[in-house]
Amino acid sequence: MDFRLTEEQTMLADSLRRYFAKSYTMPLRRAAMSERRGFSAAHWQAFAEMGVLALNVPEAHGGLATGAGNPLDTMVVMKEIGRALAVEPYLMTAVVCANAIALSGNAAQQASLLPGIADGSLIVALAALEHGGRYDLNHVATTAEKSGDGYRLSGRKAVVVHGAQADKLIVSARVNGAVADASGIALFVVDRGASGVRVLDAGTVDGLRAAEITLDAVTSEALLAGGDRGSTVLQHTVDLAGAALCAEAFGIVEALTETTNEYLKTRKQFGVPIGKFQALQHRVADMLVCVEQVRAMSSFAAVKALQDDAAARRKAIAASRTAIADASRFVSKNAVQLHGGMGVTDELIVSHYVKRLTMLNQTYGDYEHHLAQYVELMSA
Amino acid sequence: MDLNPSADDVAFRDEVRSFVREKLPADISEAMLRQKKLSREQTVRWHKILYARGWGAPSWPVEYGGTGWTATQRLVFDDECAMAGAPRLIPFGHNMVAPVIMKFGNQWQKERFLPKILAMDEWWCQGYSEPGSGSDLASLKMTAVRGHDDQGDHYVVNGQKTWNTLGHFADWIFCLVRTSREAKQQEGISFLLIDMKSPGVTVRPIINMHDVHHVNEIFFDNVRVPAENLVGEENHGWTYAKYLLGHERSGFAQIGFHRRDLQRTKDIAKREMLNGKPLYDDPRFKAKIAQLEIKLQALEIMGLKLIWDQEQGALPGPEASIVKIFSTDLVQAIGELAMEAAGPYAQPYQPEAQYLDYAGEFAGPAYAAGLAATHFDNHKYTIFAGSNEIQRNIISKMILGL
Repeated sequence: MDFRLTEEQTMLADSLRRYFAKSYTMPLRRAAMSERRGFSAAHWQAFAEMGVLALNVPEAHGGLATGAGNPLDTMVVMKEIGRALAVEPYLMTAVVCANAIALSGNAAQQASLLPGIADGSLIVALAALEHGGRYDLNHVATTAEKSGDGYRLSGRKAVVVHGAQADKLIVSARVNGAVADASGIALFVVDRGASGVRVLDAGTVDGLRAAEITLDAVTSEALLAGGDRGSTVLQHTVDLAGAALCAEAFGIVEALTETTNEYLKTRKQFGVPIGKFQALQHRVADMLVCVEQVRAMSSFAAVKALQDDAAARRKAIAASRTAIADASRFVSKNAVQLHGGMGVTDELIVSHYVKRLTMLNQTYGDYEHHLAQYVELMSA
Repeated sequence: MDLNPSADDVAFRDEVRSFVREKLPADISEAMLRQKKLSREQTVRWHKILYARGWGAPSWPVEYGGTGWTATQRLVFDDECAMAGAPRLIPFGHNMVAPVIMKFGNQWQKERFLPKILAMDEWWCQGYSEPGSGSDLASLKMTAVRGHDDQGDHYVVNGQKTWNTLGHFADWIFCLVRTSREAKQQEGISFLLIDMKSPGVTVRPIINMHDVHHVNEIFFDNVRVPAENLVGEENHGWTYAKYLLGHERSGFAQIGFHRRDLQRTKDIAKREMLNGKPLYDDPRFKAKIAQLEIKLQALEIMGLKLIWDQEQGALPGPEASIVKIFSTDLVQAIGELAMEAAGPYAQPYQPEAQYLDYAGEFAGPAYAAGLAATHFDNHKYTIFAGSNEIQRNIISKMILGL
């Protein structure tokens, strides 16, 4: 047992913290969001130079991952991304898609896609969800029909985060079976600009971009995973994303609690800092109990995301995400409440933290989704 | 970062498990697992079995006859004992007064008291709270006046202690007493060891809300205490008291007991029926169990982190307050759900069925007999050892700086 980060991980966290303190003030964050792609090209390049885009890219393709995923290093980065509220597609491209490709692509596919993710030249988004399926990765009505050397994909993909800004999309589509079957789901790489791809780009409430994507007989020659493996790869990918989201949540609840505590020390009413009032002290103390719970489960998720046993991994991620969604709700609500009127303004960072924290707990499964999965896997 | 146990810890767990499996008497494990009353004799017997193995004081250093175990090993030991149905070692001797005697006591006190604590030849209890001094412990009033007569230096003690756990079984009590009113109240407190057989000591039971005698009031009427029973210096007792509370707080996670109780809840739910199917298969009930099991997972990591910090040299600090709040809320939730699982059979109450040798008929399934009592008893957890509100005060002062 060892709760320490390695020296390299500590240095990485420190340099990211310094970078974000300088480059990610609230005005600079707004500026990044108003760029053409909804995030800052300069930050993305800086991430590439710091090496963080390569963390989930296997060593063979110029990256730093030695096995399936790299959840511990990713945890360090995602915690800082959470604190900074960075809007760059780090989770989607450098974690989700890097892992999906590494877990499923053949050598040539990996060689053609992964170096671009590592050096920042390629943005990739996963188009896995569909309307009517909520978080169910097996709910795939989009079809893929064999056509010559490739496939023709038709269907509609929902809430594809950074989908309109991506150069390439990883699309789940059904090669056989019924809509909710686990088998028969394959993964394809599609050019976002390919003929038949229609993209409806929208902002999200937490400052990101998300697209509704319609595929009308779109040609893809890049089959990443066949119908026997697509579902497994997706679930593994989303488990690794789940661990990353836990770390992002940790960064946010920690920052929200610090910010709230600071506010209680400076805001005066009745002639004293409001932090002198026991009713408020106890509320922050309870927020801290939540923060420690999130810290614990974020570490747990990262460590358990490494294991090969899919059911054990899923159970651990489901437990972590359930606990974290629960604790996040308490921290969010009380951070706003203790800031009083200021908590509901756009001006303070509090509301932005709360919006991201709320939405990340509805990304790749919410409290009820993960609790239901845990129930399935719980030992009698 | 690595949260998996080392190979040594795994081997240690196996060693403890097989020892407990072999040596834990069935009457004791049954009493614990079936929520029956445990006698003084049973508690002492189990302690002596551990003592014979060299495990009488898991938290002590080797020089005093302890195990010298790491914090992780102590956690594994507690975990295995709890899961197997062993009683918790009575903490007042080996985990509370003993560390104070080791750190602040003199040589005579170490030789007189520690071996008998180790062997469980003397049962200790705690004299901290008073009727007017609960959370505000430093306001305590019980007096000790120093004097001298033909039998030597001594104190004469007068006053009352309350919420004393198992004092009716105890041979000795450690007390915080007031020896000065001159300076601020924390600076007039001393730490005194008192023989329960001393003339003038009266133990009066307090009956809990579930009809159990677990705690007492203790009255001290001109009790004569030899001056050699003063630990450390007069009027420095508050320092020792806080040191002791730090030790008390390091054992709050209690993962093994929670796990045992959650398993009991599952087992009851498997036997109770709802609409012709086991209650355990009801998605709503199962989700309630899952929510608690997930919290228990979080608590385990939080507890391990606390232990790990200690192994890196940190003293038990205010972080333990976070674990206390989380752990005690959880134990109450688990007990309440177990009672809920029993449905209407939570209601019948047969006092005599609380004893293992009860041979009569049960008004309902035997497993339901102790559930309500346990639920009501569990209310104490968020109150004792510093109420959870006091823990929040500690957090806001020591961690948050409010």
